Amino acid sequence: MIFEQVVFFFLAAVAASSAVLMLLQRNPVNSALFLILNFFSLGGLYLTLRAQFIAMVHIIVYAGAIMVLVLFVIMLLNLGDGRRLREVLSFKTYIGIGCSLALFTELFYILGMKGRMPLMPLAPNAQDIGTVEFLGKVMYTTYLFPFEITSLLLLAAIVGAVMLAKKKIPE
Amino acid sequence: MVTYVSLIPLLPLAGFLFLGLVGAKVKSEKLIGTIGSLVVVIPFVIAVGIFIEMLGTPVEERSHIVRLFSWITAGKLSIDVAYQVDQLSILMTLIVTGVGSLIHVYSIGYMHGDRGFWRFFAYLNLFIFAMLTLVLANNYVLMFLGWEGVGLCSYLLIGFWYEKNFEKGTTGDAAKKAFIVNRVGDFGFLLAMFLMMSTFGSLTFSDVFTQARVLPVGDTTVMWITLLLFLGATGKSAQIPLFIWLPDAMAGPTPVSALIHAATMVTAGVYMVARSSILFALSPVTLQMMAIIGALTALFAATIGLVQNDIKKILAYSTISQLGYMFLALGVGAFASGLFHVMTHAFFKALLFLGSGAVIHAMHEEQDIQRMGGLKKAMPTTYWTFLVGAIAISGIFPFSGFFSKDEILWKAFSSGSYILWFMGLCGALLTAFYMFRLVSLTFDGSPRYDEHRLHPHEAPKTMTLPLIVLAVLSIVGGCIGIPAILGGGNQFEHFLEPVFEQANVKLALPVSESVAMEYLLMIVSLSIAIGGILAARYVYLRRTELAEAATRRFAPLYRLLFNKYYVDEVYDATIVMPIKKTSEKLLWNIVDVRVIDGTINFAAKASGFTAEILRRIQTGVTQSYAIIFVVGILFVISWLFVR
Amino acid sequence: MIPIEYYLLLSAFMFCAGVVGVLVRRNAIVVFMCIELMLNSVNLTLITFSAYFGDPGGQILVFFVMVVAAAEAAVGLAIVISLFRNKQTVNIDDINILKW
Repeated sequence: MIFEQVVFFFLAAVAASSAVLMLLQRNPVNSALFLILNFFSLGGLYLTLRAQFIAMVHIIVYAGAIMVLVLFVIMLLNLGDGRRLREVLSFKTYIGIGCSLALFTELFYILGMKGRMPLMPLAPNAQDIGTVEFLGKVMYTTYLFPFEITSLLLLAAIVGAVMLAKKKIPE
Repeated sequence: MVTYVSLIPLLPLAGFLFLGLVGAKVKSEKLIGTIGSLVVVIPFVIAVGIFIEMLGTPVEERSHIVRLFSWITAGKLSIDVAYQVDQLSILMTLIVTGVGSLIHVYSIGYMHGDRGFWRFFAYLNLFIFAMLTLVLANNYVLMFLGWEGVGLCSYLLIGFWYEKNFEKGTTGDAAKKAFIVNRVGDFGFLLAMFLMMSTFGSLTFSDVFTQARVLPVGDTTVMWITLLLFLGATGKSAQIPLFIWLPDAMAGPTPVSALIHAATMVTAGVYMVARSSILFALSPVTLQMMAIIGALTALFAATIGLVQNDIKKILAYSTISQLGYMFLALGVGAFASGLFHVMTHAFFKALLFLGSGAVIHAMHEEQDIQRMGGLKKAMPTTYWTFLVGAIAISGIFPFSGFFSKDEILWKAFSSGSYILWFMGLCGALLTAFYMFRLVSLTFDGSPRYDEHRLHPHEAPKTMTLPLIVLAVLSIVGGCIGIPAILGGGNQFEHFLEPVFEQANVKLALPVSESVAMEYLLMIVSLSIAIGGILAARYVYLRRTELAEAATRRFAPLYRLLFNKYYVDEVYDATIVMPIKKTSEKLLWNIVDVRVIDGTINFAAKASGFTAEILRRIQTGVTQSYAIIFVVGILFVISWLFVR
Repeated sequence: MIPIEYYLLLSAFMFCAGVVGVLVRRNAIVVFMCIELMLNSVNLTLITFSAYFGDPGGQILVFFVMVVAAAEAAVGLAIVISLFRNKQTVNIDDINILKW
């Protein structure tokens, strides 16, 4: 019990702080790195929730693929130390911060105070449903159709990305 | 035979459509004239057939309704296109188609060589259709359709030579005047129809009259209805105060004046009142007013006609005057007498107009009688027929005009309106006088025109034949109305009696048994008429200087009469000009330009202004849009939570 | 035993952090990364509910969300690249052609 709580709080702290730090970085590469740290801690949190398969997939897809892509793009656009973007604190920033503070207050109020649920443990079958075997069974029976559709989605994304990013070769 | 009645109005309509659509392409005047006339002659034959059949049936079965189709059904209102064939409508149909056919034949000769020959016959056919619809309708709405139709055709035909100048304006102005003045009357008719609809719940004659029968005499609603109907009649039949259009209507070709403004359209008002006899019988106020206005108009118009010099103008005022007699008859409750005068008047007035047309043609469009004279040698047929017409209108025994006019005067006297009788008598004197003034100045004496330049000759057969037929009718037409004291059976009145039965019950007219009085009055009016004729011939043939002396002596009176009592000018100043000024200054400048346009422009400007303010939201920067997203999410979450 | 609200609150916190980033940062790529952060916070919520109520549907949905996020990442970054090629900047304040 204690172990679980320690792990949770540690991972939660890392996740929260890396999220905040990500926002504050001037250099986009630093932001990307903090985001990767955030993803790793999230993967750990998934494990505490007994979702093994998802945790692994999360690391592979997000930290391994998407963030790599992002870093490639940052490098490609040559936005490293050379071109420093001057972040200007304008009227808009204050509105933005204000809005999200309001949002967080509202969510805190709802989730933390008014919407409290009775103290409950993890579901007894949480261990079982997180396995590859179980998820695979469910995916290929109940959720077969969305699964197939996502393949089309990926095809569209591939074609779209290639079309958009292609360099126009002068004739 | 009665079932063929629908052909009667439909044939002229077909003629109008055919001539209107393809008439311009047809080169042969003969063909156009034949078709145009046939579609009126055939209905006449059918009408005669129906009439003969009607004489053979017993009196109770003489009224038929032939229904064609349902025209309007809207809630309680149900109007059919249906024709009522009874004694009254068949009489009017015979007059319209009979005199109409004669005038159509006449027009073949009169309009010869005119560029718009086909158009003329098309319009004439349309007129006949509308008039027949008017007299044959079985409900007020269909009658109103015919009423408006004849007004329209009147406009089209008065302004037929639309490029020609006429007095102070063009013929188009005269046509517009006719139409607009008629419209004022039509307004009264419409209001009467609305009242009838709300009072009786129906506009079909049978429904209205059945319900009216049980109402008491003097009922106020019926009084208003009849007053408004009479307003409509004054417009169409040129009584005071809406007679001003008829003299101007002489701008049109002479056959038009003969058909529309003498024989048929102007009698539509008389027919309408006769048809609604039960309603008028319930309203003594209206009857009184009608009689007074009728007598007044008769006298008034006769005085104006006394000093006019245009041959058609004289006849126009004569028409107004004779119409006054008809309304006088209706006003004292003698409906059949009024209609008798309609018939005889149709004969001799059409005759007079057609004769004048022949004269005008012969004198190469000269219409001033002061510049004519001695035409009886050059145009004998025209002279003799015209003379017959003049004698008939003056009311000389045994011509038709004597019987009809005399009956009216007798009925006026015997119902107690001695003043009206006297006015009618004076009118008769003046009628005889100015008619024979006209005859003497035009046909008798020596020519006052340049004989070297003008060689008048007799009119062609197509024109003289109708003249002869009408002359014969003017002589013998009175035979069906010879009163009892002279040994006749007065078949005319008896024929129409069933139609006016209900009205007569309500009227409860005193039946005068004084035969001696009747004889006396007859002799009085006859001698007055003969006196007028002799006086006219004396002044204008023997001692023409008397006329000039009178003109000088009574110069202001002469001017007043010559300028028709300045009625047109008075109307212009009091009604026309104020309306024009108001429309221009107030309604156009202020209401239309400032208020209506201003509101629209303001609406446009307001939306433009608002848009100017609102477009600042579109900054183009993605994050400001995102801010709006977040704000929206905040609201949605709070709303969901509160629920 | 960890109360479910802790997970949910953490996820809410990460979501709001993402919102701040989207509204405040001016580098297009950083904005994109913040969007990914928001997506992940939702994933956390889904897994939480799936674990505490024993419903595999949550984890399946997370799976699909990841697929979509991947696709979106590819296309979004391609757009950023072509945008950079045209305007030579990734400052989203400068991309305002739709301004009135």
